[in-house]
Amino acid sequence: MFESSYVWSIIVLLGIGTWLIRFSFLGVVGDRPLPSYFKRMLNYSAVAVLPGICAPVVLHGQDGALEPLRLIAAAAILIIGVWTQSLMKSISAGLLIYFGINALLG
Amino acid sequence: MAVQGSFLAGFRQGAWSGLPFSLVLGPFGMLFGVLATEAGLDLAQVMGFSVLVIAGAAQVTALSLMNEQAPVVVVLVTALAVNMRMAIYTAALVSHFGSLPVWKRAIAAYWLFDQPFAMTSVDITKNPQRSLNERFGFYLGVAVPLGLLWYGATLLGATLGYLMPQNIGMDFAIPATFLALVAPLLRSLAHLAAAFTSVVGTLLLSGLPFNSGLLVAALLALLVGAEVERRLEQRRAQYV
Repeated sequence: MFESSYVWSIIVLLGIGTWLIRFSFLGVVGDRPLPSYFKRMLNYSAVAVLPGICAPVVLHGQDGALEPLRLIAAAAILIIGVWTQSLMKSISAGLLIYFGINALLG
Repeated sequence: MAVQGSFLAGFRQGAWSGLPFSLVLGPFGMLFGVLATEAGLDLAQVMGFSVLVIAGAAQVTALSLMNEQAPVVVVLVTALAVNMRMAIYTAALVSHFGSLPVWKRAIAAYWLFDQPFAMTSVDITKNPQRSLNERFGFYLGVAVPLGLLWYGATLLGATLGYLMPQNIGMDFAIPATFLALVAPLLRSLAHLAAAFTSVVGTLLLSGLPFNSGLLVAALLALLVGAEVERRLEQRRAQYV
């Protein structure tokens, strides 16, 4: 369990911060152009953060040991995702492999 | 079709074209509800996330850092870094919605997640003749139903999540959704290089205090992505 103040300060501040990002140009900056290098960097924000969040969870299972099934499922998601460009296909394949085989193995 | 359509006509078309995304956002919202409840958040907190933040990837990022007891500042900075892509969206929409009154722009900003942005920018090239009101209607037509679905799916996951079997490795579901989000982007060398930097950097820097390794790795990855792109462009220019 978390302290209530810890959770609520994250929720409220994250909500305000996210809205400010979304409002920034529409509301304040207007038509003025962004520095082009900054804009270039922003293009990579998803691939710069999300893979880093995934890596430890994929490499270490629930008890911290390497769990081959996670690697296989993760590889399947990536390959199918790059191949088909479809979020639904890749995620259903990956979850089916992981939870399906886990259930079969008991 | 009328050249000067109304707000409502735009809204209806937007809602229709946003429909396929419900297949993704419904399950994703439920997943967030389940995970947040399992992490120990109460119903008001779970719904607070989905209503006030309304950004799935950032919500799940915050949740996974909270699970590791990261300090508030680290949770905020990392989750906001995930949302920085929205700075691009808002910049891209200025030339279309910039002339709306400020309160409408404030409302538009609240609903600015991936799908409304993507659908609206496609629609701008397909139907350039739309009036400002009709275009604003189209945008909200994509956004509002999907946003309401997001709330509902979160609620469903939070209240019925206990029906799910325990200890089946639900923690893997988060990276699974993230990998699926990222995979379609991994078609350029620069994106691959940024993703690789993010993975290797996070693993190597895992010893840094307050889980700040992820953040440092992300900043490095942003630079690597932009730099690879710039050099490839330079090289291409030399051959032209």
